[in-house]
Amino acid sequence: MEAEELKVKSYITKYNNEKKALISILQEVQEEYNYLPQEVLKIVSKALGIPLIDIIGVATFYRAFSLEPRGKHLITVCLGTACHVRGGPKILEEFERKLNIDAGETSKDGQFSLETVACLGCCAIGPVVVIDGDYHAQITIRKVGSILKKHFKKE
Amino acid sequence: MITLKINGLEVKTEEGQTILDVAKFYGLEIPTLCYNEGLSRYGGCRLCLVEIGEEPKTKLVSSCTYPAEEGLVVRTDTKRVIEARKMMIELMLSVAPGSKIIQDLASKFGVKQVRFKIRNEECILCGLCVRMCAEQMDGRAIGFQNRGYKRKISTPFDTRSEECRLCGGCIYVCPACQLRCQGPDADTAVCNACLTMDPTCLDFHDELQCWMYDVGRCGTCIREKTEESNNKKRTQKSKQKEKNA
Repeated sequence: MEAEELKVKSYITKYNNEKKALISILQEVQEEYNYLPQEVLKIVSKALGIPLIDIIGVATFYRAFSLEPRGKHLITVCLGTACHVRGGPKILEEFERKLNIDAGETSKDGQFSLETVACLGCCAIGPVVVIDGDYHAQITIRKVGSILKKHFKKE
Repeated sequence: MITLKINGLEVKTEEGQTILDVAKFYGLEIPTLCYNEGLSRYGGCRLCLVEIGEEPKTKLVSSCTYPAEEGLVVRTDTKRVIEARKMMIELMLSVAPGSKIIQDLASKFGVKQVRFKIRNEECILCGLCVRMCAEQMDGRAIGFQNRGYKRKISTPFDTRSEECRLCGGCIYVCPACQLRCQGPDADTAVCNACLTMDPTCLDFHDELQCWMYDVGRCGTCIREKTEESNNKKRTQKSKQKEKNA
């Protein structure tokens, strides 16, 4: 645990222990652990002198942060107005069936997390699905299986 | 010194005061819920709305956060203000119908229906407990979490906080979760039980506040009401007599 603590402290010293760098520090923690562990948040709170509850407030406000462990691969299905009209909910259902998890959950083996998003700003190519940062345009239910296969064949 | 107009009355105040402070000083009643003298201003409940500016360019602002300015024209009891206030009470009532304070407000301002789904959440997110904890108790054990419809007030990780000393200050200030409405229809909709206990003018002065500045206690409207009904009865009787004849 001490090594962990040193690692977290290094993120904080990188930003000169400044309170305003809270989000940057949380981003680094999120990248490292794939979520924000309770212990780490407590260390950050002590080092920056920000009450823990305020850090939790920030961490729960932004979708980029998660307080529970996320899967190795993040699948985001857009349910914005344009994608919704073009069948986004049905595509989400298909993903839920294929991965056997509900939206917002992580699969038991810790491989996949399925999330929804309100709009990604590229409505012209909707319905959109983002898998680990790769955008997939004009998805149909039929394409869901092949996309999953293509993406995770390498492993 | 700043001079401004509230309800046509020219008032003087010092810089740094809010409209609510001035109105209180001059004895003008503005209802509040998320305001507490010992805590910072939040402007969340929107009950203290007042109309500022001159026609046709008026706007609604929360008087507890709006600073008094030179030459400002404020009106605290226009139709627009009262309608907005009623809507806020209706919305809060739909979230926490069990609260005595909110039911009392509904009675006082003549809110007679709730057109929204009753949610029984017992929290209207006024933030009084959060401010109480941080500012008066120096605790910082509770705070806002999440956002949008998931927004809630809780301790870190929803477990007992190390900062919390169980002082109970948060429960003391809470308008929603502590005092329960004891009326017959509490928890379901608008109770209005307190409304019928007291003589009020609400039937007669629904849109605007009572011009006697003492709602119901003078009894004028009740007298008017009984006289009106008596007159009606009289005319009905005379009509019947005419028919019989």
